[in-house]
Amino acid sequence: MKPEDRINRRDRIRNFSIIAHIDHGKSTLADRILEKTSALTSREMQDQMLDAMDLERERGITIKLNAVQLLYKAEDGEEYIFHLIDTPGHVDFAYEVSRSLAACEGALLIVDAAQGIEAQTLANVYLALDNDLEILPVINKIDLPSAEPDRVRKEVEDVIGLPGEDCIPASAKAGIGIDEILEAVVKKVPAPSGDPEAPLKAMIFDSLYDPYRGVIVYIRIMEGTVKPGEKVKMMANGKQFEVQEIGVFTPKPVPKEELTVGDVGYMIASIKNVGDSQVGDTVTHAAKPTAEPMPGYRKLNPMVFCGLYPVDTNNYTDLREALEKLELNDSSLQFEAETSQALGFGFRCGFLGLLHMEIIQERIEREFGIDLITTAPSVIYEVTKTDGEVIEIDNPSEMPDAQQVDHVREPYVKAEVMVPNEYVGPVMELCQRKRGDYLDMKYLDENRVNIVYEIPLSEIVYDFFDALKSNTKGYASFDYELIGYKESNLVKMDILLNGEKVDALSIIVHRDSAYDRGKIIAEKLKNLIPRQQFEVPVQASIGQKIIARSTIKAMRKNVLAKCYGGDISRKRKLLEKQKEGKKRMKSVGNVEVPQEAFMSVLSMDENK
Amino acid sequence: MRKSIYIHVPFCEQICHYCDFNKFFLENQPVDEYIDLTIEEMKHTVKKYPQTNTVETIYVGGGTPTSLTTEQLQRLLEAVPKHFHLAEDTEWTVEVNPGSAGADKFAMMRRTGVNRLSIGAQTFDPVLLKAINRDHQPDQVEETVRLALEAGIENLSIDLMFGLPGQTMEHWKDTLQKAVSLPITHISAYSLKIEPKTVFYQMMNKGKLKLPEQELEADMYAFMLEFLKGNEFDAYEISNFARRGAVSRHNLAYWNNDEYYGIGAGAHSYVEGQRIRNHGPLPKYMKAVREKKLPYLEMHEVTFSEKMEEEMFMGLRKRLGVSKERFENRYGRTVQEAFPGVTEDLKKAGWLYETPERFMLTDEGLLLGNEVFEKFLFAAD
Repeated sequence: MKPEDRINRRDRIRNFSIIAHIDHGKSTLADRILEKTSALTSREMQDQMLDAMDLERERGITIKLNAVQLLYKAEDGEEYIFHLIDTPGHVDFAYEVSRSLAACEGALLIVDAAQGIEAQTLANVYLALDNDLEILPVINKIDLPSAEPDRVRKEVEDVIGLPGEDCIPASAKAGIGIDEILEAVVKKVPAPSGDPEAPLKAMIFDSLYDPYRGVIVYIRIMEGTVKPGEKVKMMANGKQFEVQEIGVFTPKPVPKEELTVGDVGYMIASIKNVGDSQVGDTVTHAAKPTAEPMPGYRKLNPMVFCGLYPVDTNNYTDLREALEKLELNDSSLQFEAETSQALGFGFRCGFLGLLHMEIIQERIEREFGIDLITTAPSVIYEVTKTDGEVIEIDNPSEMPDAQQVDHVREPYVKAEVMVPNEYVGPVMELCQRKRGDYLDMKYLDENRVNIVYEIPLSEIVYDFFDALKSNTKGYASFDYELIGYKESNLVKMDILLNGEKVDALSIIVHRDSAYDRGKIIAEKLKNLIPRQQFEVPVQASIGQKIIARSTIKAMRKNVLAKCYGGDISRKRKLLEKQKEGKKRMKSVGNVEVPQEAFMSVLSMDENK
Repeated sequence: MRKSIYIHVPFCEQICHYCDFNKFFLENQPVDEYIDLTIEEMKHTVKKYPQTNTVETIYVGGGTPTSLTTEQLQRLLEAVPKHFHLAEDTEWTVEVNPGSAGADKFAMMRRTGVNRLSIGAQTFDPVLLKAINRDHQPDQVEETVRLALEAGIENLSIDLMFGLPGQTMEHWKDTLQKAVSLPITHISAYSLKIEPKTVFYQMMNKGKLKLPEQELEADMYAFMLEFLKGNEFDAYEISNFARRGAVSRHNLAYWNNDEYYGIGAGAHSYVEGQRIRNHGPLPKYMKAVREKKLPYLEMHEVTFSEKMEEEMFMGLRKRLGVSKERFENRYGRTVQEAFPGVTEDLKKAGWLYETPERFMLTDEGLLLGNEVFEKFLFAAD
C-alpha cells in the first residue's frame, strides 16, 4: 500500500466497543450491527454471534474478547471500516476491559430505557473516559411499555455528564435506531491518528491458543505497519518472533497483506506460549523498534487461590491435562500440584478473582467432564516465624503452629465503591464489618458517592460482592486494587469431622471473628453433610481449643415402603440415584462429604 | 411364571395432598369409554402375551376404583374372567375408599369374585385426615369394614400412613390401636414420602410443610413392629403385616420378582422379560387402545444383571428374604458369586443375616433398607 493510501484508509476507520449492563441488550445490538454492515449473510448469522462460548451465553457475560471488522456504507457515500471490539463485563477482568478500550477511539454506552444506568456500567464508563474515548449514549429498548427515555436521558446527563440530547433512542430487538447509531459512529468517533510510516507499535488486547497454529494474538496497530515475514519483538520480555500471518476477523479470520494504523486484527507468529503475548504488551519491529511501549501495561498476578481436586481420584491426570489446556488460553491461570490428607492429589490454582475461579471450575466440569471439589479460596499470607524466617503461604494448611508464628501480614486492597447516596450507610457498615479502614468519601454529583476503604483482600474474597449487591440492591459498582501487606491478628481455624482434622476445610481468619465463623461453619456443615450410619461430631478449633461444635445425627431410617402398583423401575431409579449421589461425595476419614461442603466455609450467609 | 393382573382405575373424587399416582378428577371424565377401552386392552394383551398360568391374583387399584358407579365397576370386574383364565382360589383385591362404597357395591363385588379389600384408612385422626386432604371421616372405616363383612368379603386390609405433617407418637399409637381392634386380616403401613407434582411437594418447597424428624419416624416404625407383633400381625414384608397367614399374594408376586399383567392408563406390567409402562394421560391411553394398539409408553427388556439385582432388592423386602436355592436355580450362580463381597460387608454392618437357606434383613437393616438395596446394584459405569 502506498503511504497516502494508508492515511486515506486510516481516516475511514472507526474503532469502538459496546459498554452495557448485563441484559441491557449488548449482544442483540451487536447482532443488528453485524447484519446492517453485511459482515455475515443471514445464514451465517447465529443469534448473539459475539458470545461464542456456552458458558458466556448462560451467564450472559463475555469472557473472551472478540474483534470484528465490518464495512459500512455511510450516508455521505463513503465506505467506512468499523472494528467492533467486545469487552468482558466483570471486575475480575477490569484490566482486560481497560486494554480493549485502549484499542478503541469510541464506545457505545447502552442504557436500558426502563432500568436506567446500572452500577456495573458506570465503572466501565469511567474506564472509557480514562482512555479518552468518545462515548455515544444509546437508550435501548424504547419499545418496551415501561420505557422512560426522558428520565434515562436526564440520568445520562446527571450521572455521566454527557449531553442528554446526544442520546440515541433505539431498540436493538425491533431494529429501531440502528442506522442512527451507525451514522453517529462515523461522525462522532474520531479516526485513529498514528503515523503509518513510524516504527511499528501494536497493542495486544487478547490472545488465544490454537492447537494447529499456536498463539493467535489480537492486536490493534497504533503506529506503523506490519507484514508477514517480518521479525517482531514483544516489548515486555524482549522475545522475538517471525510473523507468519496477519489478518482481520469478519468474524471469520481473513488473512491480509499488511495491517496498518487503526487496524484491529490478529497476528500468528509461531508463538507457543500465551505467556509470551501478555495483554497490554506492545509488539514492535525487532530491527527498528518504537521508542516507547504503549502505557498501561502490567503483568497480571493471581490474587485468589484455591485447591482443585477430582472427586474421583482416578481423574487426577485428566484434571492436569484440563488445566494445561486451559492455561494455553489463559496466562493468568496458575497451578501447581498439591496433596491434601483429606482429598488426595490435586492442584493449588491461582486466579484473578472469584469469578475467574468459578469460570475455570465450571469449564473443567463441563468441557472436560471432571467432577471437582473446590476448597475455600485463600489469598497469599506472609508469615514471619519466631526464628525470623518469612514464608508466604497460599494454603491455610501450610500455616505453621501458633507457637512458631511471630506475626502474620495479609494483602490489603484499596476498594472504591460507587453508590447512590441513599446506600452510603449500608456500604460503610459493610466495609467496617469487613475490617476496612476508611480512607475517603466524595460526592461525584448530587446523587453519586464514591467511598474509598482499605480492606483485607481475604474479606473481599469471602462474600463481599454478594453482601455489597444485597446491601445496595445491586446499585453499587466496585473496583479494587492491591496496595500491599499489613499486619493482622490472624489465626488458623481447623474443622474436625468425627474427631479428624480435615485439612481442606481449614481457613485463616481474624481472631475476633473466629468464634462466629466457627459457629456458622459447624452449623452449615451439619446441614450440608447427609446423615451417616453413625453420629458425626463437627468441630471448629484453633490449635487444640474447640471453639464451636455441632452434631450430624445418625441415619435412622431410609427405606421406601410403597410398591407403586408394580412400578419396579421407579424403585430402581431411586436406588440408582442414591448410589450415584454417593459417588459424587468424597469419603473423608469414614464420613461421606458432598462437594458443596468444601465451599461452605466460603459463604458466611447463615441462610444458605 | 405370570399369574397376576393389576388393573388401574385413574379416577378420584378428591385428590390427596401426597398422591402422585396417575389419577384424574372424576367429574366430566369419559369413564364409560375408559372402561370399554381397558376391556379392549385386556383382549389385546392376552392375544399378544398369552397366559402361561391361570391367574392367581388380581388387584384393582387407583385412583379410586370405588368412585365408579356399581354398574361401571361391575362391567370392569366381569370382564376379567371373560378374558383371563382364573384359578379356583384367585385372590381378588379392590381398593376402597372409606365411605365410597355401600352394601350394593360390596354385594356386586362379592358376586363377581372379589374376595379381598384394601381400605384406605391412612389415619384415624380427623385433623390429620383433613391435613392430607382425604374426604372421609375416621368412623367411616369401621362402617366400611362392617358392610364388607356383611357382603361376605372377609379378607380385609387397611392402609395406614405415618410420618405425616403434625403427626405425633400419640396419634400413631391411637391409630394403630384402632386398626388392630377392627376385624381385619392385614395392615399395610407406609411412611409419607413427598413426591414431585403433589400439593405437599409445593408446600415443602415453600417451607410450609412441617414433617416429623427422622428420629420420630423411625420410632414410629419401631413401635409399630412391636405393637403389631403383640397383636398377632406378622411382619412378612417391610410395610405389610398379616394376621393368620392372610398375606397379600398379589404384593408378594412383585417382591418375588414374578411377572404380571398391567391394564389401564399408567399401569405397569412385566411380561416376557419386558417391563412396560402404559401411557398415563387419558387421551393418549384411550387413543392408542381405540386404534387397536397396545398403549405402551415405554418398554424395557430386563437384562440378566438387572434381574439378579431386582431379585435381591425386591426379595430382601420380605421377612423371609431371598432364598439361596431359588436364586441359584434362576441365575445359575450363588448370591455371593453374583455380588462378590456385598453380603459379607452387609453382614459386618449388621444389616443382613444369613441362614443355611436364605439371606434376610436384620431389624436394623429393615429401617435402612435402601442403603442395603443400593449395594446390590452393579456399578452404573
